[in-house]
Amino acid sequence: MAKNRKVYVTESGEPVYGVIAEFATPADVYHAAEKVRDAGYTKWDVYAPFPIHGIDEAMGQKRTVLPLISAAAAGAGVLGAILMQWWMSGVDYPIVVQGKPYAPWEPFVPITFELGVLFTAFATLIGMLALNGLPRHHHPLLKKERFLAVSDDAFAICIESGDDKFDPDQTRSMLERLGGKHIDLVEGD
Amino acid sequence: MSTLHPDEASARRLAGLPTGELPTYPVAPGTGDGSLVDDPAVRAPLVLNNRSFHDITEIVCGYAEKPPGRWWLPTFMMVFTIAQLGGLFIGYLVITGIGAWGMNNAVDWAWDITNFVFWIGIGHAGTLISAILCLLKQKWRTAVNRSAEAMTIFAVICAATFPGIHIGRQWMAWFLFPIPNANAIWPNFKSPLLWDVFAVSTYGTVSALFWYMGMIPDFATLRDRADLRLRRNPEGPRVLPFLPIRTDAVRAYVYGFLALGWRFSSRHWIRYEKAYLILAGISTPLVLSVHSIVSFDFATSVMPGWHTTIFPPYFVAGAIFGGFAMVLLLLIPSRELFPNMKDLITLRHIENMAKILLATGMMVGFAYGMEFFIAWYSANQYEAYLFANVRARGPYAWAYWTMIFCNVVSPQVFWFRWARQTVPVVFVVSFLVTIGMWFERFVIIVTSLHRAFLPGEWHMFWPTAVDIGIFVGSCGVFLTLFLLFLRFLPVFAMAEVKAVLPQASPHHHGNGHGNGHDHGKAGH
Repeated sequence: MAKNRKVYVTESGEPVYGVIAEFATPADVYHAAEKVRDAGYTKWDVYAPFPIHGIDEAMGQKRTVLPLISAAAAGAGVLGAILMQWWMSGVDYPIVVQGKPYAPWEPFVPITFELGVLFTAFATLIGMLALNGLPRHHHPLLKKERFLAVSDDAFAICIESGDDKFDPDQTRSMLERLGGKHIDLVEGD
Repeated sequence: MSTLHPDEASARRLAGLPTGELPTYPVAPGTGDGSLVDDPAVRAPLVLNNRSFHDITEIVCGYAEKPPGRWWLPTFMMVFTIAQLGGLFIGYLVITGIGAWGMNNAVDWAWDITNFVFWIGIGHAGTLISAILCLLKQKWRTAVNRSAEAMTIFAVICAATFPGIHIGRQWMAWFLFPIPNANAIWPNFKSPLLWDVFAVSTYGTVSALFWYMGMIPDFATLRDRADLRLRRNPEGPRVLPFLPIRTDAVRAYVYGFLALGWRFSSRHWIRYEKAYLILAGISTPLVLSVHSIVSFDFATSVMPGWHTTIFPPYFVAGAIFGGFAMVLLLLIPSRELFPNMKDLITLRHIENMAKILLATGMMVGFAYGMEFFIAWYSANQYEAYLFANVRARGPYAWAYWTMIFCNVVSPQVFWFRWARQTVPVVFVVSFLVTIGMWFERFVIIVTSLHRAFLPGEWHMFWPTAVDIGIFVGSCGVFLTLFLLFLRFLPVFAMAEVKAVLPQASPHHHGNGHGNGHDHGKAGH
């Protein structure tokens, strides 16, 4: 954990989650994101009703490890399917079908493929949610009424108080300079 | 041309005016509803009437939030009754045994497998739209992918019923899966019937996961809207007049549960888009494998008319053909019945799908011809007899020629532009294709079986009331589920539709929004 990190609280004693600013269009929020990235912030996020094209670059987001999770699951599915079919028809319950070998590889191809796909699909969905920290049904942002417009047509940047560069006044004035509207503190943790 | 400035939309919203129902603007002559632009320099608008992001939310959420038109409840009651009658017929079949069907010792697969292949094929269009068109970056798919994926899942549910009930002792259906049992036996992994079990169950599961993942952000939008209404007016309408439960509280709870706490974070969106791409990537070979494996059920046997190597591609093309016909059959009435849906599903969408019907119909027609050619070229007398004397001239010739007329002849009208752009014509052809594709499976299955190798094995098949009841019942189940989908779930992928609007580009700087064609410049 970061040493001597400042913990910000409001006058009522609520912890501060961060500072949020609204932007009018995808273009505005995109350019503001580039500036926040260049200012060196790391714990912050852009909120938008749809994935903005190229936002990963504007935010300096690293590539996700999700494809590796999916690939591992695909391997597990394929291996599991081969082992299952080989053991069930070759070892535990060999039956003669049209005088063919007990455990040839050719007829095992379709089920091996299908189980590989099945495992990949589950791992991709569950892996995506896990990397995103979901399901999480409570969040300081979801308590703010203005924030809920993001699911409709609003765009916002929230810089979190856990960021090393976070400062209630400087962060707020930077967001103001970038053209943010309705700048507000987000309470809760 | 009327303009809709974002401020104007906000002003209308604050004034309590509906932003969803705006007057249509005059469109250029010869472009239908404005989407049939022929100039290659002009990209046809995917969404009409200069809709804002908020309009999309209002229109799509409106379908799930506002009471539907008066047609909905009577239609729902009718198809739900049909579905339940189908359930009664299934109950009768389980109690009586599958002798209640019109099958006999020669024709031991008939309507059960016909219906199975028919329904599973219908699903393929949904996966084609959601996966293959996604990989091909066909942006027009965003208008139809959600409903097509829903159709896929409902069709797979109908399809899965039939193998489950045709096994005879339905309470033993779990033997289809490799589950340890008291007899210490395992299923035969060398049988295509078992491959089919894995293919169909994987297909249904993966389609459902893909569909659900696509809906997570849209559930979050529905959750937030219900939440906002509840915060502003805690005394909103109740579920039932005497219950102290607010409708919006139920919505916020149910949609909120399904949304998994999605909060539209861009860091989440990046992983979400990657997951979407991976699912599209694995669904593409999956959808091709499923109907290939279904065709192995026939192709690996030695029945004349079944034992052919053309079956996998022929079945996949036919599945996409029949599936697109069903998409059109469902969406053409929907866009008439729901307000503003024509802005999202434009004439160009209909025309694109008509072109796919023409292309896949030609592939199917080619396969029909190829079957005859190979029957002659292989010099196999059983194969030649089946095609020359039975299919086109035997007692089921009427079914064969119905199939040819519906699947090969009727889509040929789509060579003409007016036919592709005239919605009633597209609807009628889609209906014919759906009938034709059902007959294709009937012809493949029954004509091969009813004239087996010895004349002593020759039997006709005629359906009984139970055959008909269960098939009609499955149509009832399909439509019941689709009507519930139209009523309660996000019918369009809102986030995806918003992302293809011109103002969604981060390089779009015009504030006017006055011209539907002032797209932003291309990226970096």
